[in-house]
Amino acid sequence: MEEKLTPLQLDALREAGNIGAGNAAMALSSMVKAKIMVHVPKALILPLDLVSELAGGPETVVVGVYLRVSGEVNGRMLLLLPEPSALQLINMMLPEEPTEQLSELARSGLQEVGSILTGSYLNALENLTGLTLRPSVPAFARDMAGAVIDLILVELGEADDEVLVIETTFDLAGLAVSGHLVFFPDAGSLDTILGHLGVK
Amino acid sequence: MEGLIQVGLGELRVAANSEVILACYGLGSCVGVAIYCPVNRVGALAHVMLPTCALAHQPLKKAKYADSAIPDMLEQMERMGAQRRLVVAKIVGGARMFSMPGRRGREGEMGYRLQVGERNVEAVKSTLKRLKINLAGEDTGGDYGRTIRFALSDGSVLVSSVRHGVKKL
Repeated sequence: MEEKLTPLQLDALREAGNIGAGNAAMALSSMVKAKIMVHVPKALILPLDLVSELAGGPETVVVGVYLRVSGEVNGRMLLLLPEPSALQLINMMLPEEPTEQLSELARSGLQEVGSILTGSYLNALENLTGLTLRPSVPAFARDMAGAVIDLILVELGEADDEVLVIETTFDLAGLAVSGHLVFFPDAGSLDTILGHLGVK
Repeated sequence: MEGLIQVGLGELRVAANSEVILACYGLGSCVGVAIYCPVNRVGALAHVMLPTCALAHQPLKKAKYADSAIPDMLEQMERMGAQRRLVVAKIVGGARMFSMPGRRGREGEMGYRLQVGERNVEAVKSTLKRLKINLAGEDTGGDYGRTIRFALSDGSVLVSSVRHGVKKL
Protein backbone atom coordinates (compact mmCIF):
# COMPACT_ATOMS: atom_id res chain seq x y z
CA MET A 1 0.00 0.00 0.00
CA GLU A 2 1.20 3.49 -0.67
CA GLU A 3 0.87 4.57 2.90
CA LYS A 4 0.37 2.42 5.95
CA LEU A 5 -2.88 2.82 7.80
CA THR A 6 -2.96 3.98 11.40
CA PRO A 7 -4.31 1.67 14.14
CA LEU A 8 -7.32 4.00 14.47
CA GLN A 9 -8.08 3.68 10.76
CA LEU A 10 -7.73 -0.10 10.83
CA ASP A 11 -10.09 -0.15 13.83
CA ALA A 12 -12.67 1.87 11.92
CA LEU A 13 -12.41 -0.49 8.93
CA ARG A 14 -12.75 -3.48 11.24
CA GLU A 15 -15.85 -1.95 12.79
CA ALA A 16 -17.29 -1.28 9.34
CA GLY A 17 -16.61 -4.94 8.50
CA ASN A 18 -18.35 -5.96 11.69
CA ILE A 19 -21.47 -4.00 10.81
CA GLY A 20 -21.49 -5.37 7.27
CA ALA A 21 -20.97 -8.94 8.40
CA GLY A 22 -23.58 -8.61 11.13
CA ASN A 23 -26.16 -7.64 8.55
CA ALA A 24 -25.03 -10.44 6.22
CA ALA A 25 -25.32 -12.95 9.07
CA MET A 26 -28.90 -11.89 9.74
CA ALA A 27 -29.77 -12.45 6.10
CA LEU A 28 -28.13 -15.88 6.07
CA SER A 29 -29.73 -16.77 9.37
CA SER A 30 -33.23 -16.19 8.03
CA MET A 31 -32.35 -18.09 4.86
CA VAL A 32 -31.16 -21.27 6.56
CA LYS A 33 -33.14 -20.89 9.82
CA ALA A 34 -30.07 -21.30 11.99
CA LYS A 35 -28.16 -19.08 14.37
CA ILE A 36 -25.00 -17.52 12.90
CA MET A 37 -21.92 -16.62 14.93
CA VAL A 38 -19.87 -13.77 13.54
CA HIS A 39 -16.24 -13.58 14.65
CA VAL A 40 -14.40 -10.34 15.22
CA PRO A 41 -13.36 -9.12 11.76
CA LYS A 42 -9.78 -8.58 10.70
CA ALA A 43 -8.60 -5.53 8.80
CA LEU A 44 -5.12 -6.33 7.53
CA ILE A 45 -2.59 -5.25 4.98
CA LEU A 46 -1.26 -8.53 3.62
CA PRO A 47 1.46 -9.51 1.15
CA LEU A 48 -0.29 -11.04 -1.87
CA ASP A 49 0.84 -14.62 -1.27
CA LEU A 50 -0.55 -14.70 2.28
CA VAL A 51 -4.14 -13.88 1.32
CA SER A 52 -5.06 -17.51 0.61
CA GLU A 53 -4.02 -18.36 4.19
CA LEU A 54 -7.27 -16.68 5.28
CA ALA A 55 -9.06 -19.67 3.74
CA GLY A 56 -6.70 -22.31 5.16
CA GLY A 57 -3.91 -22.21 2.58
CA PRO A 58 -3.66 -22.26 -1.23
CA GLU A 59 -4.61 -25.94 -1.66
CA THR A 60 -7.73 -25.95 0.54
CA VAL A 61 -10.73 -26.72 -1.62
CA VAL A 62 -13.30 -23.95 -1.43
CA VAL A 63 -16.36 -22.59 -3.11
CA GLY A 64 -15.85 -18.95 -4.02
CA VAL A 65 -18.43 -16.38 -5.04
CA TYR A 66 -16.83 -13.25 -6.43
CA LEU A 67 -18.38 -9.85 -7.09
CA ARG A 68 -17.06 -6.50 -8.09
CA VAL A 69 -18.17 -3.44 -6.18
CA SER A 70 -18.65 -0.15 -7.96
CA GLY A 71 -20.17 3.22 -7.20
CA GLU A 72 -18.64 5.83 -4.94
CA VAL A 73 -16.48 3.03 -3.58
CA ASN A 74 -14.83 0.45 -5.84
CA GLY A 75 -13.54 -2.89 -4.74
CA ARG A 76 -14.16 -6.60 -4.71
CA MET A 77 -16.01 -8.99 -2.46
CA LEU A 78 -15.44 -12.67 -2.08
CA LEU A 79 -17.42 -15.28 -0.18
CA LEU A 80 -15.22 -18.31 0.56
CA LEU A 81 -16.76 -21.50 1.87
CA PRO A 82 -14.64 -24.56 2.63
CA GLU A 83 -16.06 -27.33 0.46
CA PRO A 84 -17.61 -29.36 3.32
CA SER A 85 -19.36 -26.21 4.55
CA ALA A 86 -20.70 -25.44 1.09
CA LEU A 87 -22.10 -28.98 0.78
CA GLN A 88 -23.65 -28.79 4.23
CA LEU A 89 -25.23 -25.47 3.38
CA ILE A 90 -26.71 -26.91 0.19
CA ASN A 91 -28.01 -29.82 2.21
CA MET A 92 -29.85 -27.39 4.48
CA MET A 93 -31.30 -25.28 1.70
CA LEU A 94 -32.00 -28.02 -0.84
CA PRO A 95 -32.43 -31.26 1.12
CA GLU A 96 -33.46 -33.17 -2.01
CA GLU A 97 -30.31 -32.27 -3.90
CA PRO A 98 -27.44 -34.82 -4.03
CA THR A 99 -24.26 -33.34 -2.59
CA GLU A 100 -21.53 -35.68 -3.85
CA GLN A 101 -21.22 -33.36 -6.79
CA LEU A 102 -22.34 -29.79 -7.08
CA SER A 103 -25.34 -29.81 -9.37
CA GLU A 104 -26.34 -26.82 -11.45
CA LEU A 105 -29.05 -26.09 -8.88
CA ALA A 106 -26.58 -26.34 -6.00
CA ARG A 107 -24.21 -23.95 -7.78
CA SER A 108 -26.90 -21.39 -8.35
CA GLY A 109 -28.02 -21.85 -4.74
CA LEU A 110 -24.53 -21.03 -3.51
CA GLN A 111 -24.27 -18.15 -5.95
CA GLU A 112 -27.51 -16.85 -4.46
CA VAL A 113 -26.11 -17.21 -0.94
CA GLY A 114 -23.07 -15.21 -2.06
CA SER A 115 -25.27 -12.60 -3.64
CA ILE A 116 -27.44 -12.18 -0.55
CA LEU A 117 -24.53 -12.13 1.89
CA THR A 118 -22.49 -9.61 -0.05
CA GLY A 119 -25.60 -7.57 -0.86
CA SER A 120 -26.54 -7.20 2.79
CA TYR A 121 -22.93 -6.54 3.75
CA LEU A 122 -22.67 -3.72 1.22
CA ASN A 123 -26.09 -2.39 2.21
CA ALA A 124 -24.95 -2.00 5.78
CA LEU A 125 -21.80 -0.22 4.59
CA GLU A 126 -23.93 2.12 2.48
CA ASN A 127 -26.06 3.01 5.50
CA LEU A 128 -22.98 3.49 7.63
CA THR A 129 -21.02 5.66 5.22
CA GLY A 130 -23.68 7.25 3.05
CA LEU A 131 -21.69 6.07 0.02
CA THR A 132 -23.06 3.95 -2.81
CA LEU A 133 -21.60 0.44 -3.20
CA ARG A 134 -23.19 -1.55 -6.00
CA PRO A 135 -22.45 -5.26 -6.41
CA SER A 136 -21.95 -6.85 -9.85
CA VAL A 137 -23.44 -10.16 -10.96
CA PRO A 138 -21.74 -12.88 -8.89
CA ALA A 139 -19.20 -15.22 -10.50
CA PHE A 140 -18.74 -18.73 -9.16
CA ALA A 141 -15.80 -21.13 -8.73
CA ARG A 142 -15.09 -24.33 -6.82
CA ASP A 143 -11.41 -25.17 -6.56
CA MET A 144 -8.19 -24.70 -4.62
CA ALA A 145 -8.31 -21.47 -2.60
CA GLY A 146 -5.10 -20.17 -4.18
CA ALA A 147 -6.57 -20.56 -7.65
CA VAL A 148 -9.92 -19.03 -6.66
CA ILE A 149 -8.29 -15.98 -5.07
CA ASP A 150 -5.51 -15.35 -7.56
CA LEU A 151 -7.65 -13.46 -10.08
CA ILE A 152 -8.38 -10.81 -7.46
CA LEU A 153 -4.75 -10.67 -6.43
CA VAL A 154 -3.69 -10.37 -10.05
CA GLU A 155 -5.95 -7.34 -10.45
CA LEU A 156 -4.87 -5.72 -7.21
CA GLY A 157 -1.26 -6.82 -7.66
CA GLU A 158 -0.90 -4.78 -10.81
CA ALA A 159 -0.42 -1.71 -8.63
CA ASP A 160 0.78 -3.15 -5.32
CA ASP A 161 2.61 -6.00 -3.64
CA GLU A 162 0.27 -5.83 -0.65
CA VAL A 163 -3.49 -5.63 -0.33
CA LEU A 164 -5.92 -4.38 2.27
CA VAL A 165 -8.42 -7.06 3.27
CA ILE A 166 -11.36 -6.81 5.63
CA GLU A 167 -12.19 -10.39 6.53
CA THR A 168 -14.95 -11.83 8.67
CA THR A 169 -15.33 -15.47 9.61
CA PHE A 170 -18.77 -16.81 10.47
CA ASP A 171 -20.06 -20.12 11.83
CA LEU A 172 -23.44 -21.73 11.93
CA ALA A 173 -24.03 -22.55 15.58
CA GLY A 174 -23.98 -26.28 16.24
CA LEU A 175 -23.29 -27.15 12.61
CA ALA A 176 -20.05 -27.79 10.81
CA VAL A 177 -20.47 -24.78 8.58
CA SER A 178 -18.13 -21.86 8.44
CA GLY A 179 -17.24 -19.29 5.85
CA HIS A 180 -15.31 -16.14 5.15
CA LEU A 181 -16.56 -12.87 3.76
CA VAL A 182 -13.72 -10.80 2.40
CA PHE A 183 -13.91 -7.20 1.23
CA PHE A 184 -11.03 -5.79 -0.81
CA PRO A 185 -11.56 -2.05 -1.20
CA ASP A 186 -9.52 -0.53 -4.05
CA ALA A 187 -6.55 1.52 -2.88
CA GLY A 188 -8.09 4.48 -4.72
CA SER A 189 -11.34 4.22 -2.71
CA LEU A 190 -9.69 3.97 0.66
CA ASP A 191 -9.50 7.72 1.27
CA THR A 192 -13.21 8.05 0.48
CA ILE A 193 -14.16 5.29 2.93
CA LEU A 194 -11.89 6.60 5.68
CA GLY A 195 -13.24 10.12 5.17
CA HIS A 196 -16.82 8.93 5.55
CA LEU A 197 -15.92 6.89 8.62
CA GLY A 198 -14.45 10.08 10.10
CA VAL A 199 -10.88 8.78 10.40
CA LYS A 200 -9.15 10.31 7.38
CA MET B 1 19.09 -25.94 -0.16
CA GLU B 2 17.12 -29.15 -0.69
CA GLY B 3 13.64 -30.58 -0.26
CA LEU B 4 10.41 -28.91 -1.23
CA ILE B 5 10.58 -25.18 -1.89
CA GLN B 6 7.36 -23.22 -2.30
CA VAL B 7 7.33 -20.46 -4.88
CA GLY B 8 4.75 -17.90 -3.78
CA LEU B 9 2.62 -15.60 -5.89
CA GLY B 10 4.81 -13.27 -7.96
CA GLU B 11 8.05 -14.95 -6.90
CA LEU B 12 10.71 -17.04 -8.57
CA ARG B 13 13.23 -19.52 -7.23
CA VAL B 14 16.36 -20.98 -8.80
CA ALA B 15 18.23 -24.07 -7.59
CA ALA B 16 21.11 -26.26 -8.73
CA ASN B 17 20.51 -29.24 -6.50
CA SER B 18 18.88 -32.36 -7.90
CA GLU B 19 17.27 -33.11 -4.52
CA VAL B 20 15.14 -30.01 -4.80
CA ILE B 21 11.49 -29.89 -5.81
CA LEU B 22 10.12 -26.45 -6.63
CA ALA B 23 6.36 -26.05 -6.17
CA CYS B 24 3.55 -23.59 -6.91
CA TYR B 25 0.30 -24.27 -5.04
CA GLY B 26 -3.12 -23.37 -6.37
CA LEU B 27 -2.32 -21.72 -9.69
CA GLY B 28 -5.48 -20.21 -11.14
CA SER B 29 -5.06 -17.48 -13.72
CA CYS B 30 -1.37 -17.32 -12.78
CA VAL B 31 1.16 -19.31 -14.81
CA GLY B 32 3.90 -21.49 -13.39
CA VAL B 33 6.95 -21.29 -15.67
CA ALA B 34 9.50 -24.07 -15.11
CA ILE B 35 12.83 -23.78 -16.92
CA TYR B 36 15.34 -26.63 -16.76
CA CYS B 37 18.87 -27.30 -17.92
CA PRO B 38 19.09 -31.10 -18.17
CA VAL B 39 22.88 -31.24 -18.34
CA ASN B 40 23.72 -29.81 -14.94
CA ARG B 41 20.24 -29.95 -13.43
CA VAL B 42 19.75 -26.29 -12.79
CA GLY B 43 16.11 -25.33 -12.60
CA ALA B 44 13.99 -22.24 -12.03
CA LEU B 45 10.30 -21.84 -11.31
CA ALA B 46 8.35 -18.59 -11.51
CA HIS B 47 4.78 -17.96 -10.30
CA VAL B 48 3.85 -15.34 -12.91
CA MET B 49 0.81 -13.14 -12.23
CA LEU B 50 0.60 -10.71 -15.13
CA PRO B 51 1.55 -10.55 -18.81
CA THR B 52 3.75 -7.48 -18.95
CA CYS B 53 5.75 -5.14 -16.75
CA ALA B 54 5.17 -2.26 -19.19
CA LEU B 55 2.80 -0.52 -16.76
CA ALA B 56 4.42 -1.74 -13.54
CA HIS B 57 5.38 0.55 -10.72
CA GLN B 58 8.96 0.87 -9.47
CA PRO B 59 10.87 -0.81 -7.96
CA LEU B 60 10.03 -3.58 -10.38
CA LYS B 61 9.28 -7.00 -8.94
CA LYS B 62 10.44 -8.91 -12.00
CA ALA B 63 9.00 -12.31 -11.07
CA LYS B 64 5.42 -11.00 -11.21
CA TYR B 65 5.39 -10.38 -14.95
CA ALA B 66 5.92 -12.84 -17.80
CA ASP B 67 8.15 -10.56 -19.86
CA SER B 68 10.50 -9.68 -17.00
CA ALA B 69 10.44 -12.98 -15.06
CA ILE B 70 11.73 -15.22 -17.83
CA PRO B 71 14.86 -13.18 -18.73
CA ASP B 72 15.60 -12.91 -15.00
CA MET B 73 15.27 -16.69 -14.56
CA LEU B 74 17.67 -17.36 -17.42
CA GLU B 75 20.21 -14.90 -16.10
CA GLN B 76 20.13 -16.45 -12.62
CA MET B 77 20.30 -19.97 -14.06
CA GLU B 78 23.32 -19.12 -16.19
CA ARG B 79 25.07 -17.79 -13.11
CA MET B 80 24.50 -21.22 -11.56
CA GLY B 81 26.03 -22.97 -14.55
CA ALA B 82 23.04 -23.60 -16.81
CA GLN B 83 23.71 -23.57 -20.54
CA ARG B 84 21.32 -21.27 -22.28
CA ARG B 85 21.11 -23.23 -25.56
CA LEU B 86 20.11 -26.44 -23.72
CA VAL B 87 17.35 -25.17 -21.47
CA VAL B 88 13.72 -26.12 -22.00
CA ALA B 89 10.52 -24.71 -20.52
CA LYS B 90 7.27 -26.22 -19.28
CA ILE B 91 4.31 -24.04 -18.49
CA VAL B 92 1.20 -24.69 -16.42
CA GLY B 93 -1.85 -22.65 -15.38
CA GLY B 94 -3.54 -19.66 -16.98
CA ALA B 95 -7.05 -20.89 -16.27
CA ARG B 96 -10.24 -18.88 -16.28
CA MET B 97 -11.47 -19.64 -12.80
CA PHE B 98 -14.80 -17.88 -12.67
CA SER B 99 -17.73 -18.48 -14.93
CA MET B 100 -19.85 -15.50 -15.89
CA PRO B 101 -22.48 -16.84 -18.27
CA GLY B 102 -22.76 -14.92 -21.52
CA ARG B 103 -20.04 -12.42 -20.82
CA ARG B 104 -17.02 -12.12 -23.01
CA GLY B 105 -16.20 -8.54 -22.46
CA ARG B 106 -14.48 -5.59 -23.99
CA GLU B 107 -11.37 -4.18 -22.38
CA GLY B 108 -12.14 -2.86 -18.91
CA GLU B 109 -15.20 -5.03 -18.41
CA MET B 110 -15.60 -7.99 -16.08
CA GLY B 111 -15.40 -10.52 -18.93
CA TYR B 112 -12.08 -9.12 -20.12
CA ARG B 113 -10.61 -9.26 -16.64
CA LEU B 114 -11.59 -12.90 -16.34
CA GLN B 115 -9.42 -13.60 -19.38
CA VAL B 116 -6.16 -12.62 -17.70
CA GLY B 117 -5.18 -16.32 -17.60
CA GLU B 118 -5.22 -16.55 -21.39
CA ARG B 119 -3.29 -13.31 -21.70
CA ASN B 120 -0.70 -14.63 -19.24
CA VAL B 121 -0.19 -17.80 -21.28
CA GLU B 122 0.18 -15.82 -24.51
CA ALA B 123 2.74 -13.49 -22.92
CA VAL B 124 4.76 -16.39 -21.49
CA LYS B 125 4.83 -18.12 -24.87
CA SER B 126 5.84 -15.04 -26.81
CA THR B 127 8.61 -14.25 -24.31
CA LEU B 128 9.94 -17.83 -24.58
CA LYS B 129 9.84 -17.57 -28.35
CA ARG B 130 11.64 -14.23 -28.37
CA LEU B 131 14.37 -15.72 -26.17
CA LYS B 132 14.48 -18.88 -28.31
CA ILE B 133 13.62 -21.22 -25.43
CA ASN B 134 12.05 -24.49 -26.48
CA LEU B 135 8.60 -25.22 -24.99
CA ALA B 136 8.79 -28.87 -23.91
CA GLY B 137 5.45 -29.23 -22.17
CA GLU B 138 2.26 -27.37 -21.44
CA ASP B 139 -0.91 -27.79 -19.41
CA THR B 140 -2.74 -24.48 -19.64
CA GLY B 141 -6.20 -22.99 -19.91
CA GLY B 142 -9.41 -24.62 -18.78
CA ASP B 143 -11.40 -23.53 -15.77
CA TYR B 144 -9.59 -25.22 -12.92
CA GLY B 145 -6.72 -24.64 -10.51
CA ARG B 146 -3.45 -26.56 -10.54
CA THR B 147 -0.58 -27.32 -8.21
CA ILE B 148 2.81 -28.10 -9.73
CA ARG B 149 5.87 -29.88 -8.43
CA PHE B 150 9.00 -29.45 -10.53
CA ALA B 151 11.70 -32.06 -9.76
CA LEU B 152 15.23 -30.91 -10.50
CA SER B 153 16.41 -34.54 -10.60
CA ASP B 154 14.86 -35.09 -14.04
CA GLY B 155 13.04 -31.88 -14.96
CA SER B 156 9.63 -33.48 -14.70
CA VAL B 157 6.64 -31.36 -13.75
CA LEU B 158 3.81 -33.05 -11.86
CA VAL B 159 0.49 -31.25 -12.25
CA SER B 160 -2.31 -31.99 -9.79
CA SER B 161 -5.83 -30.62 -9.63
CA VAL B 162 -9.04 -31.17 -7.72
CA ARG B 163 -11.20 -32.44 -10.56
CA HIS B 164 -8.76 -33.55 -13.25
CA GLY B 165 -6.36 -35.80 -11.39
CA VAL B 166 -2.59 -35.84 -11.83
CA LYS B 167 -0.63 -35.33 -15.03
CA LYS B 168 3.09 -35.53 -15.70
CA LEU B 169 4.85 -33.18 -18.10
